[in-house]
Amino acid sequence: MDPFLLEALVNGILLGGVFALPALGLNLVFGVVDVVWLCYAELVMVGMYAVWFLFTQLGWPLPLAFATCLPIVSLLGIALHYLVVRPLLSSPPINQVLATGGVLFLLQGAMTLVFRTEFRSLGVDMPPMEVGEIFVSGTKLAAFCAALVGAAILWAFLKYTYVGTAIRAIARDREVMPLMGVDPQRIYLIASAVGGALAGLAACLLVVQLDVHPFVGLSFGPITFMICVMGGLGNMLGGFLAAFLMGIIVSVGGFWGTTEFSYVVAFGFFIVTMFARPRGLFAR
Amino acid sequence: MSAAVEPLHRPRPASSASLELNGVHAGYGDFAALFGVGLHVDPGEAVGVVGPNGAGKTTLLRVISGLIRPTAGSLRFDGHDLTTTPAHALPALGIAHVPENRRLFPHLTVEENLKVGAFSPAARPHFIARRDHVYELFPKMKARRHQLAGTMSGGEQQMCAIGRALMCGPRILLLDEPSAGLAPLVVQQVFDLVRRIRQEGLTVLIVEQNVAQVLRVVDRAYVLETGRVAAEGRSAELAADPAIRRSYLGGH
Repeated sequence: MDPFLLEALVNGILLGGVFALPALGLNLVFGVVDVVWLCYAELVMVGMYAVWFLFTQLGWPLPLAFATCLPIVSLLGIALHYLVVRPLLSSPPINQVLATGGVLFLLQGAMTLVFRTEFRSLGVDMPPMEVGEIFVSGTKLAAFCAALVGAAILWAFLKYTYVGTAIRAIARDREVMPLMGVDPQRIYLIASAVGGALAGLAACLLVVQLDVHPFVGLSFGPITFMICVMGGLGNMLGGFLAAFLMGIIVSVGGFWGTTEFSYVVAFGFFIVTMFARPRGLFAR
Repeated sequence: MSAAVEPLHRPRPASSASLELNGVHAGYGDFAALFGVGLHVDPGEAVGVVGPNGAGKTTLLRVISGLIRPTAGSLRFDGHDLTTTPAHALPALGIAHVPENRRLFPHLTVEENLKVGAFSPAARPHFIARRDHVYELFPKMKARRHQLAGTMSGGEQQMCAIGRALMCGPRILLLDEPSAGLAPLVVQQVFDLVRRIRQEGLTVLIVEQNVAQVLRVVDRAYVLETGRVAAEGRSAELAADPAIRRSYLGGH
């Protein structure tokens, strides 16, 4: 195989790992609360600013800045649920979308006011590694591994804990949950906190690869939504697999053309998928 | 003896009744479904509520387990006022409700369904003991513990639903139409299950359209018609009552 194509393929898989986290978070919240957080990429953006600020402005060690970013964005998720989503739970879906969409612009505006529109960079990079014939970015590889660890922890949480099992149950049958001794409102809150923490982890992994600016969410937000819809909204495993598929399409598409072209291919693939399998690639 | 129509709002003396409803009115929005229902279930008793479709039987159970709030009347269990207790706090008080159509989580395994049933913090330390007890009661569930609940037969799903309800360590079990949608032979098995649960010393309140079968399992029964208690009595009395036989047992 052409080593450059192989490299593009490997990069696609690495990219897929990073797409997978926000896709999991978005699917988790949608599956449990039944509300799409349209501002999900902007939660990630705020987390990226948090890491940048703590590391470059306050001089914190990077691991400490990462460790602080998770609870910050998790709290943001809780606040979003309490202040915006919960009052609208019985409203028509369009109102919920408009409200979380409003939060998207609010967060973009707020960050513009505080940090202006300059591109901010952490200025850290890990040396590339040579594996056989190809070069792999050390930063991307580390981010990928961290994403897999995050996904594995989430899986274990959902599989083995009482709350995790209730989260998987509530996605199918909300009304019966009180009979199990489960307060749905509490599960919504926990899912929002976990969804926020996943956005925080995604922020840590993206801030080492991308410069932060108030509109950085646009560079991975739309593709995250596309991944979720392709995997089947609320289907965590489907979203996880679709993230890798999209990562590979974007990366290999970029190998044959430009980055812009790769997004055209990705969105084209998405549209065809939606015609062929409107309920997602992995719908049963 | 005839199971005469009892007056509504019949005042009851302070008793040891584990579950007691008095003059309960309830409904959905503007639609009223229950009009002053009174009933009681004593500890260790099995009580049936029978009646035609739309009589309010399911509503009655939903009121008891807090899914619907009564608009009037009192509802007490073991000294607790249930009208002010949130529904999700009831399993911890010892009330388990097996809902109509079982409502299992089809994409979870049998054992995961049992785990959701043990969600209450008070129930979690007893998970393994109670799970093993459920497997002892229903060996079929043990064999299928890792199978997805949605792939089992109707009778097996009913077993799983009852097992899930037992996981909170209930003192009273509310069963809503356990025989609905099951083949006649399976219906027989489900009522055998109910008998076995009774032998465990559990108090049971069972709502059924299958009047003939349920009267063979319970000690007493109430006949609910259009949201009112039309008759009540011991099972044998009701089964012998000409009016009941005509309406519900196809007899003469």
